[in-house]
Amino acid sequence: MCTRVVGTLAHVIEAAGLATVALSLVRPQIERSHPPRALHCEFPLGRPLGRPRDPAFQRRVLDAAFALLDRPAGPVLEDFPEAITDEADQPLTCPLPPRYDPAVPAAVDEARALRPAWERAREASGGTQVGRVVDAEGIPDAVAAFARVATGAAWADAGLPGDPAAVAMDIRAYYEEAALALADHVPAARSAESWLYRATETGAVLKAAMTRMALADPPYERIFYLVPMSQQ
Amino acid sequence: MADADMRQMVADLPVPEFETAAFTSPPPLDESTVALVTTAGLMRPGEEWHPQEGHTGFNVFGRDERDLVVGHQSMNFDRTGIAADYNVAYPIDRLEELAAEGVIGAVGPRHLSFTGPIMDLSTVVVDSGPAAGALLRGDGVDVVLLTPV
Repeated sequence: MCTRVVGTLAHVIEAAGLATVALSLVRPQIERSHPPRALHCEFPLGRPLGRPRDPAFQRRVLDAAFALLDRPAGPVLEDFPEAITDEADQPLTCPLPPRYDPAVPAAVDEARALRPAWERAREASGGTQVGRVVDAEGIPDAVAAFARVATGAAWADAGLPGDPAAVAMDIRAYYEEAALALADHVPAARSAESWLYRATETGAVLKAAMTRMALADPPYERIFYLVPMSQQ
Repeated sequence: MADADMRQMVADLPVPEFETAAFTSPPPLDESTVALVTTAGLMRPGEEWHPQEGHTGFNVFGRDERDLVVGHQSMNFDRTGIAADYNVAYPIDRLEELAAEGVIGAVGPRHLSFTGPIMDLSTVVVDSGPAAGALLRGDGVDVVLLTPV
């Protein structure tokens, strides 16, 4: 939905007397928004500049976008000449830790064991996307709470440390950042996501918990924010 | 390809119609101050997260702020790219480089983040969008680059 918001904002900000250039990731939306200047980038959703850790490529996108400022009239819609596709259908190949503590659910064991990889990723990038409601220290307990939901506990009483969708997002960020370190490169778009939900214990827990929460009474209202649609 | 399905699903979502379309001619790029407006729902670590569906306001970040979290609630876009390099959605370092090279005149002192999942854009059109424009205009910004996720 972001491209329609970007297209709308372009109109409004332009009306305030500033020149705008909108990047687009969904062409039909930008076509119908017809903002003053737009560069459609057929890149993965979430990567409007195309390639992470590739300043030269990002610079080419910016050069193409700012070149639209030379046009004497609008609306202008052009396409960046290269396309990049996601690889959700090719889960990242990542080593997973062996079972260590049989006293806890396998997903909790796994989440604990991925902490060093997550730490390496944080050091490499200088930051983290974990922390909407749970920091890295709290991730194993958050996974344990979802594991209780997956095995029948009521979601409201399972000990989730915040809004379930936000907790699920922090768990996803923790795993995907660990994957960045384990893979030692930036994975293709959505391949680490597919690794999480198709190859890990925690991914299985999140999907099972989602199923339980959808059928619960009352159901969790924001059920579709627990697991990506492509992984459900 | 998960994105293809998502694109198809959202392709026909309604967009606001504008009877007249503004078109502003900026100064030459090498004399222009440039700011970013993203819809990634950026927030600072530790800030209270709230479900952002329907949230029509925006967050304001200083030019030097880098430690930011994507608060956008949708699960349906790649997040590893931003985790590895925020510039792939919020190209603030690229802007600094362009300014240092003299390609753009200057980097704006403040940059904004809205969040993407807004079905009803009326408030953005009449309230928060104009407020964003006024804020950036007050900062002396000439050109705004908008980035979706």
